[in-house]
Amino acid sequence: MSNRSLAKEQPASFAFNAEYLARAKVVIAKYPPGRQASAVIPLLDFAQRQEGWVTRPAIEEIGKMLDMATMRVLEVATFYTMFNLEPVGKTHVQVCTSLPCWLRGSNEVVKACKEKLSLGMGERSADGAFSLGELECSGACVNAPVIQIGDDYYEDVDYASTGKLLDAFKRGETPAHGSAIGRMGSAPAGDQITLTENPTPPPKQDFAAAKAAFEKAKAEAAAKAAAPKA
Amino acid sequence: MPKLTIDGIAVEVPPNTTILQAAESVGVEIPRFCYHDRLSIAGNCRMCLVDVEKSPKPVASCAMPVGEGMVVHTKSDRANKARGGVMEFLLINHPLDCPICDQGGECDLQDQAMAYGFDRGRFHENKRAVKDKYMGPVIETVMTRCIHCTRCVRFATEVAGVPQLGATGRGEDMEITTYLEGALASEMSGNVVDLCPVGALTSKPYAFNARPWELRKTESVDVMDAVGTNIRVDARGRTVLRVLPRVNEDVNEEWLADKSRHACDGLRYQRLDQPYVRVNGKLKAASWDETFAVIVGKLSGINGSKVAAIAGDTVDAESMLALKDLLTALGSPNLDCRQDGAALDPTVRASYLFNSTIAGIEQADALVIIGSNPRKEAPVLNARIRKRYLKGNFQVTVVGDAVDLTYKHKHLGNDLAAFFQSPEAPAGAKNPMIIVGMGALSRPDGAAILAAARAYAEAIGAVKDGWNGFNVLHTAAARVGGLDLGFVPGQGGKDTRGILDAAGKGEIEVVYLLGADEIDTAKLGNAFVIYQGHHGDRGAHRADVVLPGAAYTEKDGTYVNTEGRVQRGLRAVFPPGDAREDWTIIRALSEKLGKTLPYDNMAQVRARLNFVNPLFGTVDKVQPAEWKAFGAAGQISSGSASSPITNYYMTDPISRASRTMAQCTEEFVMGSKQKTGTHG
Repeated sequence: MSNRSLAKEQPASFAFNAEYLARAKVVIAKYPPGRQASAVIPLLDFAQRQEGWVTRPAIEEIGKMLDMATMRVLEVATFYTMFNLEPVGKTHVQVCTSLPCWLRGSNEVVKACKEKLSLGMGERSADGAFSLGELECSGACVNAPVIQIGDDYYEDVDYASTGKLLDAFKRGETPAHGSAIGRMGSAPAGDQITLTENPTPPPKQDFAAAKAAFEKAKAEAAAKAAAPKA
Repeated sequence: MPKLTIDGIAVEVPPNTTILQAAESVGVEIPRFCYHDRLSIAGNCRMCLVDVEKSPKPVASCAMPVGEGMVVHTKSDRANKARGGVMEFLLINHPLDCPICDQGGECDLQDQAMAYGFDRGRFHENKRAVKDKYMGPVIETVMTRCIHCTRCVRFATEVAGVPQLGATGRGEDMEITTYLEGALASEMSGNVVDLCPVGALTSKPYAFNARPWELRKTESVDVMDAVGTNIRVDARGRTVLRVLPRVNEDVNEEWLADKSRHACDGLRYQRLDQPYVRVNGKLKAASWDETFAVIVGKLSGINGSKVAAIAGDTVDAESMLALKDLLTALGSPNLDCRQDGAALDPTVRASYLFNSTIAGIEQADALVIIGSNPRKEAPVLNARIRKRYLKGNFQVTVVGDAVDLTYKHKHLGNDLAAFFQSPEAPAGAKNPMIIVGMGALSRPDGAAILAAARAYAEAIGAVKDGWNGFNVLHTAAARVGGLDLGFVPGQGGKDTRGILDAAGKGEIEVVYLLGADEIDTAKLGNAFVIYQGHHGDRGAHRADVVLPGAAYTEKDGTYVNTEGRVQRGLRAVFPPGDAREDWTIIRALSEKLGKTLPYDNMAQVRARLNFVNPLFGTVDKVQPAEWKAFGAAGQISSGSASSPITNYYMTDPISRASRTMAQCTEEFVMGSKQKTGTHG
């Protein structure tokens, strides 16, 4: 992660479109009056979804909408790496390079992306179709290495599958997300090595007998307590 | 009331006290960087770790409330080891550039590294470097030194009320910056320099001027506004190098406004260091004897009623008293200390005081500001209003300029006539207070406004037993002192407007200006003007005779702040050249005139001051003033009540001569400079 600051070139203005404005109002209404600032992260996300990245006018507009200082909005926007502070490509490819993914070979994945897209880290292609970036731990370490494109995770990728994936995007397709090696969710990658046999059912219990024994013990205790003391 | 033991000392403190505060109450000092008792608790520096028995880990004492039966060790091995670890981490990314750092010698990190630092580093990788930020003409930044305590961010947000400072990024990439690297637009911005525990934010005008141990420190009182902020003047040789605040809970807490802090470089420029006499239209340097001879020649044979005196805004009470006694001896009733012509009633003390006191603002629950902009007229007092506002349940109404006061308020326009016709009372307030400013009182119908304001204060219940919420906010440090000692027109005397009128018509032939620069000198006509002051400003330009006096750092003086608090400033340096302390000049002149004033030393002047008004004997205290009728009935004309201060950074001869204030004016008043490619 490098120093995150606002992009040099910024659009002149920002306004939410009707759809996102309606959604923003729903989010703001979730919080009690005077606490609207809690809605800052969803609103920044809406702005990013609408514009593709978080612009300075958007930060200022959100500050006004939530009655909070612009600096406070900027703090949030620069804190979370999920907010793109510079324009990104139509297909924004982010490779997780945190430790678990790196151990599982994210270097190879990064190499594949760089070769396929002819882009360096943090760069955007001239036609605006692709951009390449790093991702802080995506929280999917079980399926490392992980690539995030848009809202989707492409998991268990390696050099070859990354190439195929990017080729598909270049053709304009949107391949199915999930594991590249076809495993279900986070299930083991190979065969199961534990819990292989069918579980034995628990032993049957005679609840009627147990209840009778309990009642009997209770009655005996009561009789003992009622008996005159010797 | 939880009881706990700190380093073997049993202590009982109110609930919700933190361990750090409890420790302080028994004199156990705990090191800290981010904690500051006037700011919210952040708990991010971890330097205040202490050892609490039965706690598995060391505890951050600044953020941990006390508990019943806690046993705290602040000096145990575990606590010391924890702090040593924190210190080592802080120093990982802190450049060890103390020899070239301006904070050296008064740096918290330096001091605490002496106590907790390891004698060598174990970090052999590259240190991080951070780009310096622009924060305005008074704050120098070396952001690589920042340890991210966020004191400056909390100060700007909470006390100053300008949430422009913030921390962007996170982790190692966190940086303190203003929004888009603009200047920190606050009249209190200099305080972040005091708050910064390291050398990341230092004073730009004072940069690389001196080390703290070279400075002679003198306790004094500020005269740039009427708050009477307690200051410490740091001087080396004959030069005042900087001004810092002193703690006074009743006045300024520990804040200082930018003008008071940074106008001190104006004391070096434009100084009057010898007497001048106007010969053939040009001021020529002269000796004291020659100058006095000219004055004596002019004054002999003139009827006292043709002589007048006006006292300025930053004059001490002693020199005003001497001038008043001289004028009385000459038989002149024409004297006034109200340069702006404010209709203040000198006979009723309650009519010109900030009666609720500055600390009393915190007891009020509603505020009506009439014709004042406290943010510009008294920034430190405005910070106190904001402090009260942040506690909640405090409604503020403003009649006057529509400005950002750093707290939310209801603006009722800028027409006093309309306001007083149908005054709006703050709803449901038990202790309402009103602040009447010079914007309202210096209007020609000021007396009527004063009466209307009094009636309004009584109507809304601002004046009652145990509470007086009628407040006048002055803009001049000398004003209340002048009114207290009676530097006002005597029987049949003329006030400032009258003096200027009469001088223009030739009815007054000699005008004595004691540091008075804020009058329209063009109206003085052909009168013979004696100017006594310390700077070559408007008054000196018009003068026929210039007597070089001393600025506030160069004389012992008594000042009365807007609350009526008598405070004494001490001399930090000597006046330059032939300049003298002001009362001694008047005393010497009186001897030449054959009307020798009956005092030869400061003790005698102060005795005379006490005799004139016993209040001058009660130093550092506020005497409640008796509530009586004042003001005059009259028609209030419609019109605005704008604050007299249009440029906060230049209001008196000292700040007008200051380079720093000129830079602030350029930055904040004339609009931000257009940034060019060379601005980084």
